[in-house]
Amino acid sequence: MGMTLTEKILAKHAGKRHVSPGDNVWVDVDVLMTHDVCGPGTIEIFKREFGAGAKVWDREKVVIIPDHYVFTQDPYAKRNIDILREFALEQGIKYFYDVGSPNYKGVCHVALAEEGHTRPGEVLFGTDSHTCTAGAFGEFATGIGNTDAAFIMGTGKLWLKVPTTMKFVFDGEVPPYLMAKDMILQIIGDIGVDGATYKAMEFAGEGISMLSVEERMTLCNMAIEAGGKNGIIAPDAKTLRFVNERSKSKIDVIYGDEDAEYESVRRYNLKELEPVVAKPHSPDNTATVSEVKGTKIDRCYIGSCTGGKLEDFRAAARILRGHTVRVDTFVVPSTTEVEKRLKDEMIDGESLFSILKNAGAKIADGASCAACLGGPPDTFGRTEGKEVCISTTNRNFPGRMGSKQSQVYLASPLTVAASAIKGEITDPREFF
Amino acid sequence: MKDIIKGKTYVLGNDIDTDQIIPAQHLVYSLSDPEERKQYGRYALSSVPDAQAGLPEGNIRFVNEGNHRSEFNIIIAGKNFGCGSSREHAPEALNIAGVEAVVAESYARIFYRNSVDGGFYIPFETGEHLFTECRTGDEIEIEMKKGTLRNVTTGKVYQLKPLGDVEQILMAGGIFAYARKSGMLSSR
Repeated sequence: MGMTLTEKILAKHAGKRHVSPGDNVWVDVDVLMTHDVCGPGTIEIFKREFGAGAKVWDREKVVIIPDHYVFTQDPYAKRNIDILREFALEQGIKYFYDVGSPNYKGVCHVALAEEGHTRPGEVLFGTDSHTCTAGAFGEFATGIGNTDAAFIMGTGKLWLKVPTTMKFVFDGEVPPYLMAKDMILQIIGDIGVDGATYKAMEFAGEGISMLSVEERMTLCNMAIEAGGKNGIIAPDAKTLRFVNERSKSKIDVIYGDEDAEYESVRRYNLKELEPVVAKPHSPDNTATVSEVKGTKIDRCYIGSCTGGKLEDFRAAARILRGHTVRVDTFVVPSTTEVEKRLKDEMIDGESLFSILKNAGAKIADGASCAACLGGPPDTFGRTEGKEVCISTTNRNFPGRMGSKQSQVYLASPLTVAASAIKGEITDPREFF
Repeated sequence: MKDIIKGKTYVLGNDIDTDQIIPAQHLVYSLSDPEERKQYGRYALSSVPDAQAGLPEGNIRFVNEGNHRSEFNIIIAGKNFGCGSSREHAPEALNIAGVEAVVAESYARIFYRNSVDGGFYIPFETGEHLFTECRTGDEIEIEMKKGTLRNVTTGKVYQLKPLGDVEQILMAGGIFAYARKSGMLSSR
C-alpha cells in the first residue's frame, strides 16, 4: 500500500521505509521555530532539563522570530524579547530576526517562508499553532507547546503519531471574487472546528494549482481551525521557484504515492462556491456573504499570518481603489518585506500603500501580529468594547481580538475591503 | 499519579478555546518565576463568556478575585476542549490554578499533547455527556485503576476511556521524565 505525502515525509524522517496512520514514531526535525510568546518558556524548560550550559542541537536549525508583542510598552513583553536576544547570542543562533534591527521581519509564518526556512519534504515544528502554514510548501509542519519545543532544542527529535489524511479536491478555476480564505472557511464550516482533529488535511485539484504560493499558505494556515494536525499541498513548479529564490539548501522533494490511502476525499466545484464569512464566535460558524450582507460593522482589520500577506493587500487595494472607507479600517502588514512591497507595487501607477491610505485606512507603523490575538492593551487595532469587526485573521473566539464583548467576523480581504467601503458586510462581487 | 482524584468540579461546554483558557494579553508573564507565574492561575478561564462560566447556571468565577488557586480541581467539559493556540500557558494556567484532572468528550490535539508532555494534570476522555450530567460544585471522585468517575453529589458513576498510549508518559510525569525512564535521554 502506498503512502500519502504526509506519511512519506514522516517515514523518511523516522528512518523507516513505511509508516501507517496510528504508528507512533520519533522523527528528526529540520527546523524548530519559536517566537516571543513561547520562546522564553521553551528556553526555561530547555535549561532546566538539559542544564544551564546546554547547547541547542543545531544552531542553524533553531529559528527565532519575535513577532507577537513587538510595538508595546508592556514591560513583561519587552523583557521576553530581551530573553530571546540573550539566548540567541549565547547559543550563536544563526537565524534570529531581532526587533529593532535591520533583520527584523515580523509575523513568523510569513517570515519563515520569505527567508527560505520552509522547504518541500522537510519537517518543521513551531511553538505556534499556525505553523501548519508551511504545509503550503509540501512539508510536514505543525504547532507544538513549550515542553515539546524544549525537547527538540536539546535532541533534534520529537515523537508523534502518524495521522490519517483527509483529502480536499478543488475542481475548476478559482473565480476572481473567491480567495483561499473562502475555500478554507467553506471546509471548516462543512467539517467543524474539530472535523480534522489528529488528521492531515491535503489540498489538491486544479483550483489549488491555480493558487499562488501565498494563497496556498492561507489555506494551510487554517487547517488548525478544523483541528488538523497539518495542512499540506504537493509541491509544484510554483513552490520550487519560490523556495529556490530564497533557500540554498538542498531540497529533497517528496510526492505522495498514486495508490495512497485517504481517510476521506471531499470535492468542491469552485464555480459553485460563494464568498464565505465565519460569524462570531467560532471559525466553523459560517455563512455565505449573501446570507449576512447588510450586517452593520464598526471596524475592519486586514493583517496577520493568514490575511496580511502582499497578495491580501493587493486584493484589498483592488476593491478600495478610488473609494473611501466608512468605518475604522486597520491595516497591518505581516512582515517588513510586505511593508516595503506595499510601497513598491503599483496598480495603474498608484502604490498599494497609497491606495489604502487614500481610502482612509489606518496603516500600522511596523509589521507584527498586532490585534489578531488582542495582545497587550496598547496594541494597534485591539478591540476595547462591543465593536463588531470584520477581519482577515483566522480566529474569532470570544475575546480573541481583545474585548470579550466584541464580535468578530472572519472573511477574505476582498470581502473585508468591500465591507469597509459600505460600513456593513458586503459581497465583493458588488465591486467587480 | 494518584490512585484517586477527588474534589469539586467546574463544568464547561463545547469548544473551549485557549483564548478563553488564558487570554493572550496575559501570555507575557514568566512561567518560572514563582511569584509571577501565579498570574496565570489568577487569569485562568477568565475569558469564558459569563453565561457559560460554570454550567449550568453560569456566572461562576473559576478563580475568585485576588486568588490564583481555584476551589475547583476537576474540570468537566464537552468536545474539542483546548482548541486554538499552541500556547502551553493554557494547560499550565489550569495546573497553576490547581487543576488535577480534566474530563472532556474530546480535546484539540496540541492542547492534549501539551497537557500530557508537560505532565500538568490527567486529561481524561469520556464517551458520556458529562457536562450536562454534572453541575459546577458537584463533588467528584475519579478512580484511576477502575477508570471511573463518580459524582458523589448525585451518586452516579460514569466510565472514562482508557488513557492508551499516553499513559506511560503521564505515569512518568511528562515527556522528559518518560524519555529518561525509557533510556532515550541520559538520566541526570
